[in-house]
Amino acid sequence: MIEMQDIWKTYADGTTALQGVNVVIDRNEFVYIVGPSGAGKSTFMKLIYREEVPTKGQISVNGFNIGKLKHRKIPYVRRNIGVIFQDYKLLPKLSAFENVAFAMEVIETPKRMIRRRTMEVLELVGLKHKASSLPAQLSGGEQQRVAIARAIVNSPAVIVADEPTGNLDPETSWGIMNLLEEINFRGTTIVMATHNKEIVNTLRKRVIAIERGSIVRDQQRGEYGYEI
Amino acid sequence: MKFSTVSRHIREGVKNVGRNGWMTFASMSSIAVSLFILGIFMLLALNVNKLADQLDSQVQINVYLQVDTEQTKAEEIERTIKRIPEVKTVTYIPKAEGLKRFRESMGEEGKEALDGYENENNPLPDAFEVEAFDPQKIAFVAAQIEAINLTDPDKSISKVKYGKETIEKLFSITNAVRNIGIAIVLGLAVMAMFLISTTIKMTIIARRREISIMKLVGATNNFIRWPFFIEGAIIGFGGSFLSTALLLFGYSQLVESTSASVGLYMIQFSTLDEVRVLVGGTIIVLGTLLGVWGSTISVRRYLKV
Repeated sequence: MIEMQDIWKTYADGTTALQGVNVVIDRNEFVYIVGPSGAGKSTFMKLIYREEVPTKGQISVNGFNIGKLKHRKIPYVRRNIGVIFQDYKLLPKLSAFENVAFAMEVIETPKRMIRRRTMEVLELVGLKHKASSLPAQLSGGEQQRVAIARAIVNSPAVIVADEPTGNLDPETSWGIMNLLEEINFRGTTIVMATHNKEIVNTLRKRVIAIERGSIVRDQQRGEYGYEI
Repeated sequence: MKFSTVSRHIREGVKNVGRNGWMTFASMSSIAVSLFILGIFMLLALNVNKLADQLDSQVQINVYLQVDTEQTKAEEIERTIKRIPEVKTVTYIPKAEGLKRFRESMGEEGKEALDGYENENNPLPDAFEVEAFDPQKIAFVAAQIEAINLTDPDKSISKVKYGKETIEKLFSITNAVRNIGIAIVLGLAVMAMFLISTTIKMTIIARRREISIMKLVGATNNFIRWPFFIEGAIIGFGGSFLSTALLLFGYSQLVESTSASVGLYMIQFSTLDEVRVLVGGTIIVLGTLLGVWGSTISVRRYLKV
């Protein structure tokens, strides 16, 4: 599903974020990316959804060599990747329903399909009854659920989640994790960067630890491994 | 592109126009002003052309004789011309007078170049300047003068000319005016385009979040760009429509209020119907293109997709 071969990333200002990363993530895996701040986790995630391109090395996602992708093909690759952020990134003037439907509208999905599918995913994330609420009227956890609904509405093969529970209290975080696990059970690969020790240690999955731009640990059913 | 997509782009474009009202107003006005001036120059040019057409049949006729024509023969031809009922005056220009005029028209350099061509060496022919009573009949009169040759075994008339020089002079003036006009209009158009591109840039910044989400979920570049092109086109169209309306209204008022007085000089303005499609069409098409162009600049620069 995701394959990185000797990936190096140096930014224009000279900072080297990744140095020689090799990793293979299979279909339907659930992977935590852990490590100190500034270790290269975000860059790792951004390479997957083609926000950044590697300085050196090869990366393929879902069969596409995305480092060498032609510009006009990027959108079609992104349709197969759902992205979730710590700060939700919802459009404040649109309702929950509209925020989710937006992701389908902009890839030109027929109207009647949009309605049905949007309600379907809102139900899956447990927010069908709040479809017409604006983000400001929703709690943090609810907003993140809307963001998750938006990420999965186009049925991507991979979900990339960059600290999805970073702004949420523990109880709400668990709600989000249950939802992500549910999505994973349904067949979606999930790559999640996190600082949440409790979650990693309780909901055991594969753990990839990144430090100073390199993978220092890659372990099935691993532990968080850092003291906070 | 699907119909629903097209209508979405148009909706978004219209929404963008409303979003930054003042900037939209400024760039629309700027388009309107620059195209209004362009319109004035276009109307001026159209009317000069029309005036030239009219002058063609209004100015005097120059009749040149063969170089070797005798004095008595020349006088005979002068009398024949005078007998044409439509002729008002005939002025005889002997070759010496012709050389003097030629020398004056050449200026400083000509003075020496023409030395030695006086008297017997004068290569110029004798000539007449003929004026008609009715300017409209000038071509008819010229034809009658040329016809004198038919009954003249010497074929003493070598050339009959009318109108051209005056028109050339007129054109040299209007060319100068036109060049200045083009410079002004170009300057204003560039300014209008930059205002439009700034307006679009502000829209792009205002919608940054939306655009980044669109990219993230896989909207194509064209899908993201279209509403901005439409916004630019709307601004350009709006401005040029405004300017066309003002221009044609103003012009029709001008024609109406002055036609009585300039009509006395046998001059007629182009009518509104004659200029409407050409001037209005040019301005609106140009304005819309300027709008799209302005938005292209910003989309290229600020919408890194």
